[in-house]
Amino acid sequence: MRITARNAEKTAKILIWTIALMVIAVLIFIIIFILYRGLPVINWNFLTEIPRRSGREGGIASPIIGTLSVTALAVLIAMPFGVGTAFYLAEYTKGGIITRIIRFCTESLAGIPSIIYGLFGFIFFLDVLGLGWSILSGGLTVAIMILPTLIRTAEESIRSVPKSYREVSFSLGGTKWQTIRKAVVPSAIRGIANGIILSVGRCVAETAALIMTAGYELIMPRSVFDSSRSLAVHFYTLVMDGISERNAYGTAAVLIILVFFINVVANMLINRFVAKGR
Amino acid sequence: MADKIVINDLNFYYNQKQAINNLNMSIPANEIFSVIGPANSGITTLLRTLNRLCDLTPGIRIEGEIQLDNQSIYAPEVSVTELRRRVGIVFDVPTPLPMSIFDNIAYGPRLARKKNKKALAETVELALRQAALWEEVKDRLKIQAMSLSGGQQQRLCLARVLALEPEVILLDRPCSGLDPISTAKIEESLTELKKQFTIIISPHNTQQAARISDRVAFMLMGNLIEEGANMEVFSSPKDRRTSDYITGRFG
Repeated sequence: MRITARNAEKTAKILIWTIALMVIAVLIFIIIFILYRGLPVINWNFLTEIPRRSGREGGIASPIIGTLSVTALAVLIAMPFGVGTAFYLAEYTKGGIITRIIRFCTESLAGIPSIIYGLFGFIFFLDVLGLGWSILSGGLTVAIMILPTLIRTAEESIRSVPKSYREVSFSLGGTKWQTIRKAVVPSAIRGIANGIILSVGRCVAETAALIMTAGYELIMPRSVFDSSRSLAVHFYTLVMDGISERNAYGTAAVLIILVFFINVVANMLINRFVAKGR
Repeated sequence: MADKIVINDLNFYYNQKQAINNLNMSIPANEIFSVIGPANSGITTLLRTLNRLCDLTPGIRIEGEIQLDNQSIYAPEVSVTELRRRVGIVFDVPTPLPMSIFDNIAYGPRLARKKNKKALAETVELALRQAALWEEVKDRLKIQAMSLSGGQQQRLCLARVLALEPEVILLDRPCSGLDPISTAKIEESLTELKKQFTIIISPHNTQQAARISDRVAFMLMGNLIEEGANMEVFSSPKDRRTSDYITGRFG
């Protein structure tokens, strides 16, 4: 067959379709596989009871709470710093030496494996600050870990706001702060929120850093100063220590549903917030 | 008539490149003052110095003086935001903000925080009427401004400036992307508006300048070549380059 523009067009189309299909198929396979093995395990007791006999019996209530509180804490701590830095980088600097240093640092931070953050958290929060294995230590560690992603995504969405919006705002007598608040933020908020959702995903899935900082206590935490095992850590232990494959799949399914649920709720909140902000 | 704006020995540089050379100009109040010239003549730059929007561009340098009502606008005690409310600008492409028609027009007054809800609504209505847009949008002030046509968007931008209750209105090729009917509507509004405002426009062609201006200035490569009353400049230009430009021999 001769290579004509038409043949090439067809081949390219088929190729791209196949690649896309393969990727989606792998994702769907993983999700279906885990839900197929995990969903039968999930029931009311599994969600509301704390694990017994290292997780062979009982539920996963305490790891769920542990995961949610570490995630909430990390995002709440990281958000103001991350978004603030992003606004500084995008709006207040003109590409000087400080900007380059900050950008170099955040980019390097993004490339560091999470276990290194875990080690840092272990030494700094547990040892130096004496916080012990706790939700607070875990939250702080993961907060530092998600900062680069937050800064990057927020900065990019702030930069993608058309320059003309700023110019219009200034030309109508806006100050810098008014311009950021009223002309830039409404357009950048969706991108910023997407970055936050991405970070939430990383928090929920984080394992290595949390083993070292939040610990693996199974009883229900009563405050942020208590140690608590996260779902991912619990899952890891159940599988690697050969405790209960059945409950491991149940935990994995809950993890997936949780991430999905957080995404949906976050998107709903953004839509309402953005719609109201206008 | 009193001069609203007086420019003395203005030199403007972008880094090393000089964009305006030793410009002297007086702009009378309540007239339409056109600045014509080919691209790269420094006209946009000139307009942007008049409300200090050029301050936003890094690497600029300004020498000379610009006076608004006999007060230097580059004096240290001048409030830039206050100045920009007095000297509004409409850009060459329509630039509605991604919000409703009402919010776009109310943007400036809201920043100034001087008006209650009722007064704000009145300001918005008046501005839209002055910009000849009210009849077309009065029932749908809540829709996105981006969904308007190009001509409507540009009149919205004019209304947005009018809502500032400015003294001077700058228009930088405001009709460059517009159809003849929208252009006619804007020209009509401007002729009406000059009773209240001082209007400085960079028209998108010489015909438009001839139609609406009281005075015309011709700029070339950052130099003011000639300036005078509309009739004078168009019927008996003093400089060869001006006559070449207005007869369409270049530009």
